[in-house]
Amino acid sequence: MPEVFEPKIVAFFCNWCTYLAADLAGTSRLKYAPNARVIRVMCSGRVDPQFVLDAFAKGADGVLIGGCHPGDCHYQEGNYKALRRFHLMKRLLTEMGIEEDRFRLEWISASEGEMVKAVMNDMVEKVRALGPLHASLPKHAPVEEEVMV
Amino acid sequence: MPDKPRVAFYWCASCGGCEEAILDLNERILDVVGQVDIVFWPVALDFKRQDLEEMPDQSLAAAFVNGAVRSSEQEEMAHLMRRKAVLLFAFGSCAHLGGVPGLANLFTRASLLAASYPETVPSDGLPALFETVKTLNQVVPVDYYLPGCPPTPSIILPAIEALLSGKLPEKGSVVAPDRALCEECPRKETRPADLAIAEFSRPHQALVDETTCLLAQGLVCLGPATRSGCEALCVRGNMPCTGCFGPTSRVRDFGGKALSALASIAGGNEDPAIMRALEHIPDPAGTFYRYSLPSGLLQPLPYGRGSAKPRASASVHPTEASHV
Amino acid sequence: MNSVRIGVYVCHCGTNIAGTVDVGAVVEHAAAMPGVVLARDYKYMCSDPGQELIRKDIRDHGLERVIVAACSPCLHEKTFRNAVAAAGLNPYYFQMVNVREHDSWVHADKPAATEKALDLVRAAVRRVRLHKPLERRQVAIHPDVMVVGGGIAGIHAALTLANAGKHVYLVEREPTIGGHMAKFDKTFPTLDCAACILTPKMTAVKTHPNISLWTLSEVSRVEGYVGNYKVTVTRKPRYVLEDLCVGCLECIEACVYKQAKVSDEFNLGLSKRKPIYIPFPQAVPQVVVIDPDTCIEFKSGKCKKTCVEVCADRNAIDFHQPEQVLTVDVGTIILATGFESFDARRLPYYGYGLYPNVYTALEVERLVNASGPTGGELVLRDGRKPAVVGIVHCIGSRDTHTNRYCSRVCCMYSLKLAHLIRERTGAEVYNFYIDIRAPGKAFEEFYNRVAEEGVNFIRGKVADVYPEPNGSGRLILQAEDTLLGMIRKIPVDMAVLATGLEPHADAQQVRRLFNIGCSTEGFFLERHPKLAPVSTFTDGVFLAGCCQGPKDIPDTVAQAGAAAAEALALVDAGVVELEPNTAHVLEEECSGCKTCVPLCPYQAISFAEAKQKAEINEVLCKGCGTCVAACPSGSIRQNLFEDEEIFEEISGVLAYA
Repeated sequence: MPEVFEPKIVAFFCNWCTYLAADLAGTSRLKYAPNARVIRVMCSGRVDPQFVLDAFAKGADGVLIGGCHPGDCHYQEGNYKALRRFHLMKRLLTEMGIEEDRFRLEWISASEGEMVKAVMNDMVEKVRALGPLHASLPKHAPVEEEVMV
Repeated sequence: MPDKPRVAFYWCASCGGCEEAILDLNERILDVVGQVDIVFWPVALDFKRQDLEEMPDQSLAAAFVNGAVRSSEQEEMAHLMRRKAVLLFAFGSCAHLGGVPGLANLFTRASLLAASYPETVPSDGLPALFETVKTLNQVVPVDYYLPGCPPTPSIILPAIEALLSGKLPEKGSVVAPDRALCEECPRKETRPADLAIAEFSRPHQALVDETTCLLAQGLVCLGPATRSGCEALCVRGNMPCTGCFGPTSRVRDFGGKALSALASIAGGNEDPAIMRALEHIPDPAGTFYRYSLPSGLLQPLPYGRGSAKPRASASVHPTEASHV
Repeated sequence: MNSVRIGVYVCHCGTNIAGTVDVGAVVEHAAAMPGVVLARDYKYMCSDPGQELIRKDIRDHGLERVIVAACSPCLHEKTFRNAVAAAGLNPYYFQMVNVREHDSWVHADKPAATEKALDLVRAAVRRVRLHKPLERRQVAIHPDVMVVGGGIAGIHAALTLANAGKHVYLVEREPTIGGHMAKFDKTFPTLDCAACILTPKMTAVKTHPNISLWTLSEVSRVEGYVGNYKVTVTRKPRYVLEDLCVGCLECIEACVYKQAKVSDEFNLGLSKRKPIYIPFPQAVPQVVVIDPDTCIEFKSGKCKKTCVEVCADRNAIDFHQPEQVLTVDVGTIILATGFESFDARRLPYYGYGLYPNVYTALEVERLVNASGPTGGELVLRDGRKPAVVGIVHCIGSRDTHTNRYCSRVCCMYSLKLAHLIRERTGAEVYNFYIDIRAPGKAFEEFYNRVAEEGVNFIRGKVADVYPEPNGSGRLILQAEDTLLGMIRKIPVDMAVLATGLEPHADAQQVRRLFNIGCSTEGFFLERHPKLAPVSTFTDGVFLAGCCQGPKDIPDTVAQAGAAAAEALALVDAGVVELEPNTAHVLEEECSGCKTCVPLCPYQAISFAEAKQKAEINEVLCKGCGTCVAACPSGSIRQNLFEDEEIFEEISGVLAYA
C-alpha cells in the first residue's frame, strides 16, 4: 500500500496577527494537520519573494504567508506591500509551472484561531491532491537518441 | 624576457555578442593582445580543440568562457578550460547567470525542438542537447565573473588590467561595483522620493522622455536591482535597464528581488488597483529573469509537477560565493 | 560558524508538551546538530530552577547561544532573554522555539508532532548561529497622559492620574463629560442615584489643576511611539466661550425659538431642545453649546440674536469661534471611549420604532429619571400610565443573528428597572429572561429582593411582539415559558427592550488611529484576556471600560484604575526600552535608488541629499521589515530578522542539507 504523501508547508506568519492566531488555536486546543512549519516575521511585509522561492527550491510543497487583514496591519501598511508582491509572485510561479494552490496569502487576525485551523487543513489537503513538487527529476545526462525531435 | 601570460576564449550557448565585446575594445585591443598570448579563440583564430587538449594543465593564466552550457560539447569544453587554466572567468550574462538562453528552462527540450526544428532530420554525431540550460558555475568551479550582455569595455579592460597586475579581488567575485545601477544613472535625481506606480507600461506604450527617470515614467526599469558598472548605457539610449549585470552580492535571487522592489511601489492597496498596476507585466519570468533564470533559487518545472530541479551540484553557486 | 557553542533546552511543560512530543528524542537529535554542545530537557523551563539551569550552563559550559523549545515566544521570550542576560550573555543570542501552542497543543499525531518539533529546533539552531549581540535603546517617557473618552471610565482614570501629579488631557467628543452613566437614573444593586455619585467626580475633573478638559473634541491623528506620542486633537467650536460663560442659561430662555423643536439627544429623542442648549443640568463644563445645524443665525445669518443680547455683560457667545487643531506630546494614552446600545430596530419583530409603546431600557431610564423628559413619571407616548410592563431581556445579545456574547449588564439593569417601575407605579411587571445573570457583589440578593417585591419572571425569550387583537392598544409579548412548558402571551401596556452593548459604530476608525486591534465582536483588543486586560499590543496605549467589552460600573472603575496604574508605571519608570529589531541602511552599499523611502508609514526613512543615500531613523523605525524586503540591492538589514537568518530557518525546517 503506497504511503500517503504528506506535503511540507512553510508558513511565514506575522507576529501580531497570524502568529497570535496560531497561538490562540493552541490555547484553544484546536487540532489541525501537522504539515506546516511556521517561520515568524514581524510583518507580512517582511516576506521577501526570495524566501518563497528558496522554500520551494529546498523542498516545500506549499508556501503560506499569513498577515493581518487589510487595514489592520500592526505596522499600518506592510500587508499591502505583501499583497502586491503576492500577486506578481503568483503570476511568476504559474509561469514556472507551480500550481496556484501551492502558494497562498491569508489574512488572519489575532482572534481567529479557528481560521488558522481551517486554512492549515484546507491547504494541506489541496497540496496533497497536487502531489509533491519535487518528485522525479528529468535526466540531466545527454540524451542521444532524442536529440532532435 | 618572461613569456606573456597565455589566455583562451571560448563560446558556449551564446549569441556571439561577447566575442564582439572584445572587438568593441577598439584600438585598446591592441594593448591587450600586446600583453597576452591568445592561444585559443575559435571565433578569430584557427586553433583546434586538440591543441587545447595537448596543452599542459593549468598552463593558461586565464580562460574566458562566455555563453551558457546546454550541450555535451559545451560541457566538455567547460571542463577542458577549467583544467587548462589557472583562473576561469565567466564572461558575460550567459556564463554568469544563464543569460537569455536560460529562458529556455521554461520549456521542455522536446517542445523547443518541435518549435524550432519541426521537420529537420538531424545529422549524425551532433553533440547532445541537455534538458536544461546551466550557468558556467553549475558545471565547473568559476573564479571570476564579468557581468553584462555583453560586458562593456568599462568592465573588460579593468578586469584584464587587474589580471595582468595580479590585483584581482577575492575569488568568486563579480568584477564590477557592488552597488545598484541607480548610483551611476544620469537620471538619478529625477526619481522622486515618493514614487508609486499606478500602472506599469512597456516601452512601446509610452513616449519615453529622454531626461526623466524611466521608472518614474512607469516603465519597468530594473536599474535599482542591477549591478552598476555599465555606465547606464541602455538608459542613455532611452531604454530601461533590463538587468543584464545581475544582482549585487547581497541578493540571492535577482528576479525575486527585482519583483519585490517593483511590486512594493505598485499603486493600490486593493486587488483591482494592484492588478491594474501590474497589468503590463504579463510575463514576470521573462521580465525579471531575462538573463538570470538558471541562476535563480528556484528552477521552473516545465515538465509539470514532479520535475523540479535542485540547485546544481557541481560547484559554488555564483551568489553563494559571496555568502560563504 | 559551527564553532559557536549552542545550548538547547526542551521543556516538558508538565505534560503539555511532553505528553505529545517525544522530548527525549528531540534532545537526542538536537545534541547531534552542528554547533550544539549540550541539549537538556526539563519539566518547567520558565520556573526559577529552569532558568537557573540556563544561567549555570552559560557559565560552566561557555555557551554562546541558547535555544529554548517550549511555549510561545509571545509568552516567555522575555523571561528567557532576561535569564540569558543575567548570566552575562547578550539576550539576543537567544532563540525560542514554539513547540506547545504551535505543536503539542494542536497535533494529535505524536510522531508527526515530534518531527515538527525537530524541524523547528533545527531551524533555530541554524538561525541562532547568525544572531548578533543587539542592544536595546532607551528613550525618555513624556509624563503627560491622554485619556480619550469622558465617561465614568475616562473620568476615573483621569482623576487617578491627576491625583498622582501627572498632567492629563481628557478628550471627549460630546459637549459634556459623563457618558452613559449620566443618563442612568439609579445604579444597581445599591440603587444609588447615578447623577449623585457621578457629578462630584465630574466636578472634580473640572476643577483639578492637572486636568485639561477638552470637550467637543476628537483625536484626529496619532504619531510616535510609546513614551513619545504626538497626538493631534480637533476641537469643534461650541460658539460659546468656555472661560466667559457662567452657566446661567438665560440665553436658552431668550432664544428666538419660544418652543424647543430640536430632538434632544440626551433624552434619546423623547423630548426637544433649542438650538442653543445645555445637554443636561449638571453638564461639565457647565457651558451652553450652539448647534450650527439648527441655529437660525448659522442657517440664514439673519437672527435677532437675543441670546447675545441677554449675555451682554459677559459676551460669551461667539458665532465666529473657529475650529481648533492642537497637537500635544504625551507619553501614554488611555482609551475609554465606551459603548453604543444595540439598535433594536435591527430586530423588527420586537416592534421598536413600529409600535409607540415599545421602548429601549435606556429610554426608560430617562423616563423614570426626575430630570428626564417626563419629570420622572412613567408615562407612555400617548400620555397613559402603564398598568402592565414587560421587560424583555437579551435584545441583540446571546443571539447568533446579532451578537453571540452576553452583554453582562442587562439582567441587572432589567431587574433594577423592574424594581423602579414597580416602586413608582405599582404596575404589574414581567421580566422575560433566558438566564438571570447576577454575579456581582449583592447582585443575587438584589434579584431575590426584586422577586420578593412581586415582579413576575418568565423564563423564555420573547419571540414576538404584536398588538393585542382586540384593539385594546396593548401589546402581546409572546414567549415560551420553558419552566412551565407552555406558550405565554402576556398583554402589556409597555414593552421595555433590554438592549445589549456594542462597540461604537466608528470603533474601527478609532482603533486604527491608535494602531490597536479589535476582537471579532469589534471591541478593542486587550493584550491578554486573563493577564493583561488593560494593555494593548501597542505599547503605551491602554484600555478602560466598555470599549474593551461590556461591563458594569464597578468593573469599569476598577479597569480605569488599572489602566491609570499601568500608565503611571510606565511614566514613573522614566524610560522605555525599544526593541532592537529595527532596520538600518548599509550606507556603503546603498545606491540611492529611493525605492524604500515612501514605504515607511512612520516616515522613518529619508533620503539624505548630500550623501545621495537612504537613511533610517532607528528611533522611529518599528521594525516591520517592509523596506528590507523591498530593497532591490539588498542594502537594508533588519536586526534579528536578517535575510541570512531567515534563509537558515527555511533550510532548517525543511531539513535541507
